[in-house]
Amino acid sequence: MATDTLTADPSEAAPSAKRRRKAPPRSGYTREPAGVRWALRVITIGYVVMLVAWPTYLVFQRALEPGLGAVFDSLREPEVGHAIYLTLYITFFAVIINLVFGLTISLLLVRYDFPGKRVLSVLLDIPLSISPVVVGLALVLVYNGRDGWLGPSLEDAGFQVIFASPGMIMATVFVALPLVIREVVPVLEEIGDDQEQAARSLGANWGQTFRRVTLPGIKWAVVYGVVLSLARSIGEFGAVKIVSGNIAGQTMTASQQVEDAYQNFQQGTAYALAALLAFIAMACLVVVSFLRPKDDQS
Amino acid sequence: MSINVSGVNKKFDDFVALDNVSVDLPTGQLTALLGPSGGGKSTLLRIIAGLEDADSGTVTIEGNEATHLPPQKRNVGFVFQHYAAFKHMSVAKNVAFGLEIRKRSKADTQKRVAELLELVHLSQFGHRLPSQLSGGQRQRMALARALAVEPTVLLLDEPFGALDAKVRKELRDWLRRLHDEVHVTTVFVTHDQEEALEVADEIVVINEGRIEQIGTPDELYDQPASDFVMSFLGPVTTLDGKLVRPHDIDVHTRPEDGTGKKGRISRLLRVGFEVRLTVSLEEVGHPDVEVTVTRANQRHLGLEEGLPVWISATNEAALEPSVQAAQA
Repeated sequence: MATDTLTADPSEAAPSAKRRRKAPPRSGYTREPAGVRWALRVITIGYVVMLVAWPTYLVFQRALEPGLGAVFDSLREPEVGHAIYLTLYITFFAVIINLVFGLTISLLLVRYDFPGKRVLSVLLDIPLSISPVVVGLALVLVYNGRDGWLGPSLEDAGFQVIFASPGMIMATVFVALPLVIREVVPVLEEIGDDQEQAARSLGANWGQTFRRVTLPGIKWAVVYGVVLSLARSIGEFGAVKIVSGNIAGQTMTASQQVEDAYQNFQQGTAYALAALLAFIAMACLVVVSFLRPKDDQS
Repeated sequence: MSINVSGVNKKFDDFVALDNVSVDLPTGQLTALLGPSGGGKSTLLRIIAGLEDADSGTVTIEGNEATHLPPQKRNVGFVFQHYAAFKHMSVAKNVAFGLEIRKRSKADTQKRVAELLELVHLSQFGHRLPSQLSGGQRQRMALARALAVEPTVLLLDEPFGALDAKVRKELRDWLRRLHDEVHVTTVFVTHDQEEALEVADEIVVINEGRIEQIGTPDELYDQPASDFVMSFLGPVTTLDGKLVRPHDIDVHTRPEDGTGKKGRISRLLRVGFEVRLTVSLEEVGHPDVEVTVTRANQRHLGLEEGLPVWISATNEAALEPSVQAAQA
């Protein structure tokens, strides 16, 4: 008798816990009087338009004013080209480093207990709260070649950090450090370590468990964290400016080039490059917003 | 002896989870670790599986010293209370996991997965994701996944704890029949005495980090070694300073041969097929006695609230000198 019931399994409905993000419609939502609702809408929309949408739109408008051809021409100037190349170069390494360290630190924070864990967790938020300029100055203090802590010995070994790309990568890594971690940690906590334990008991070693079980479970959080740190790294200005020394055609990134061009009355170049940076950042956000719903299905 | 645990201690900070526990679990049997929550039974199971390290003591599995082996080297199958399904893999992939880790050939794996899905009645669900299964189906999948690697022992941690009562009962019967088919040494943790009595060949009662008693369901029920075991395995009440099961008390509506104690039914509650009586005795200072009778018996005797009755323990009742009765 029970065999039949077991095969059919009639009464139990499969619960779909995966739709968690789609919260049920809130009943308290419409209780406010219409006046309040309209006021809230006007304030919100006005705020976003005046601060974000309108200024960004103007940048694009200014950039495209002389025509698309002129935009491409100004982007093709050697200094600008080098700045874009340098930005991509720094971003590439910064994102890779942040991905590796972000994953490692997230696993450490969630899956292991060690003394000083809470201190580490607080430290990881410092890059979010501290001014990037301070980050740049701090790096200069440690790594500059004349009187830094480590700088002279590194330079003796033939490795220049400040006023060169290693320092710029370090500054970028620093400011974007928490982005991967803050995405991955909550997801790791949510999925728990049951699946990992099951994998271990089935014979998987650490690496196999990570690759086959942990990573697929957090993959969308990782992608989201990577896209966020990508956007952050491309746009980084303050910290990189301090450590780069701002040498045109050598250590100048795209965002620094925008400032430089603007101050030197090359408005066309400044707006074209600014529009390009804004476009990349927006593209990142669009990619993310397409990824989010997929996150629900996985 | 398939699993030998000897002198195992385990502390979590100040909390003593296991206090010098030694137990032998025989090959091919279905053993239940029974006890109240927080009593250490799950910890013992996890130490056998290698998911937790003992502070001291040894674990031997099939004669192999396993105390310091990582879980993946112990060849145990483990089933978790909350299934621990690999959410991003299909049911068939879940079951195949251990085989793929062991690098079995594709054909072998496919054949074995098909057999196992057949065994747990999930053949037509192989392509589904775990989230598309009910709780009972998910737990059967987890069982098939654990059995796939042909473990020397199968360990189940409150396997039916997260399921509703009806599915629980079904799966319990099914586990028993499955065990008779597969014959793998199986240990499962439960806090449900009915589950343990019904399914297990042998029961290990664990309380406060210590083993209270080991025995077959009959031994435990008929000859409990302590008040704790007696009261944990079923309802008890105190009569004449002894622990008695409420259904091992005879009720008469007139004094029979002078052995019965006189009292009055102060409360009568019918629960399905049984009737629970609370009898207040005349004897001063004697606590109220809980008595269970069948519905037929109640009708036959015309029992109702307020009726004077004479009660006595039946001969078969397992009477225990009640050392801790006052506390219980």
